[in-house]
Amino acid sequence: MSVPGRGDRLPPAFTTPGSASFTEFLASYAPDLLPRRQDLGAFDGVSQLSAHATTIVALTYADGIVMAGDRRATMGTTIAHRQIEKVFPADDFSAIGIAGTAGLAVELVRLFQLELEHFEKIEGSLLSLEGKANRLATMVRANLGLAIQGLAAVPLFGGYDDQRQIGRIFSYDVVGGRYEEQDHHSVGSGSVFARGSLKKLWSHGLDADRAVEVALHALVDAADDDAATGGPDAIRGIYPIVARVSAAGYEAITPAELSRYTEAIAAQRTARPERGGAS
Amino acid sequence: MSQPFYVSPEQLMKDRADFARKGIARGRSVVVLGYDGGIAFATENPSRALHKVSEIYDRIAFAAVGKYNEFENLRVAGVRYADLRGYSYDRTDVNARGLANAYAQTLGAVFTTESKPLEVELAVTEVGVSQAEDQIYRLSYDGSVSDEPGHVVMGGDADRLGELVRAAWRPGLSLEEAMRLAVSALGTAEDGSVREIAADTLEAAVLDRTRTRRAFRRLSLGALAELLAEDDGDAAGEPTAP
Repeated sequence: MSVPGRGDRLPPAFTTPGSASFTEFLASYAPDLLPRRQDLGAFDGVSQLSAHATTIVALTYADGIVMAGDRRATMGTTIAHRQIEKVFPADDFSAIGIAGTAGLAVELVRLFQLELEHFEKIEGSLLSLEGKANRLATMVRANLGLAIQGLAAVPLFGGYDDQRQIGRIFSYDVVGGRYEEQDHHSVGSGSVFARGSLKKLWSHGLDADRAVEVALHALVDAADDDAATGGPDAIRGIYPIVARVSAAGYEAITPAELSRYTEAIAAQRTARPERGGAS
Repeated sequence: MSQPFYVSPEQLMKDRADFARKGIARGRSVVVLGYDGGIAFATENPSRALHKVSEIYDRIAFAAVGKYNEFENLRVAGVRYADLRGYSYDRTDVNARGLANAYAQTLGAVFTTESKPLEVELAVTEVGVSQAEDQIYRLSYDGSVSDEPGHVVMGGDADRLGELVRAAWRPGLSLEEAMRLAVSALGTAEDGSVREIAADTLEAAVLDRTRTRRAFRRLSLGALAELLAEDDGDAAGEPTAP
């Protein structure tokens, strides 16, 4: 079954009272529209043929969280895309960043965004941050079959918790394990380097401005050492996607502001070359 | 075995229509009005949780009168319809016309084939880039659809209140003017006397065309009280609109 066409009565599945979950509705009414879960057999070349998204960093600051992602996707040793977006608003008060097989991850994000919006419309209220994080875990777990064959998509989720009035960050593994992270976290191929950078630069109660700087420093450090992570590209005007989530909601940092931030970072690093461009 | 009595189709349909109309007439009216910045909704509803006006999709809203369980069911179906369509094609491919059509088919099919018609009346509205492109569809219990020009009143006193609104409505009203018109129409009794309706017994919402993605927002008690209260302050200082 698929989308009702013109002149069709709404099918019984639509008027059946039930869950406020769009994924569950889709699974019962039109399972063919859900992201594919079939087994690909013993063929492990697929991961070389699909685009991979790389480094995402997230950190808490005084009013909430900052999440940032570089813009590069790779396919084997080739750069597949220079300006892919990996950080998205999940809803007004949370952000999701993705690393891993880009095609699956982008689809996961689209479904997750819709899941939250659908719940909000049907129930008339927002899910709690914890509820959103748990929902995402279920959706990641659904992809386990493909993950084992090398097509993993791992999100990083963060947002403003209205009840506790703080920013919180959650990381996931391919089996749908959900882990709350303290202070900061990074996922993707460049995450080892980004984490090192975050450890040195992050401190309690960062202000909004400094939090964006710290996130950008971490991405620059990741790009410095990881081939699959792209650094800021002033020539083409391509900058990381950076978002701030606080009680005021999701706010994407504009390219003009990012250009200012990255220039300052470059100037700072040029001035102290003896540290290998480290901050 | 007893033979059922013959009932002419005319009589059967008339009985069903009377039944549905009676059910709908018991409820309070909903007023839907176009204003310069979008489409406004107002109804008397002391409940903060059981809504008669709701969001369906980015630019589409739903208003209903009649039996709560029946229109709530249709509302959920509409959200599922819109979200499914937007997910399988694109967000821009979801429109009020398609949804109004699906509702009309559903209402019509229930009216003719099932033992009891749905005792509801719906409005499906979509806000466009300008007031001329706003769409307001009104759907009756029997599945008939009408494309209403800028305003519609549904529910108990729909005809009488509809006349009041028709006489006073014009394109390009401000939100304040539209909301005051809606509330004064809701409060007008049959003898013409206007009763004051407190903001906390009103349910009000707008489809605001200036908002980027999701145009629907509910008017909070404070915002609504402010819109309605300005009436006295402004009336003294400002000249009335031509």
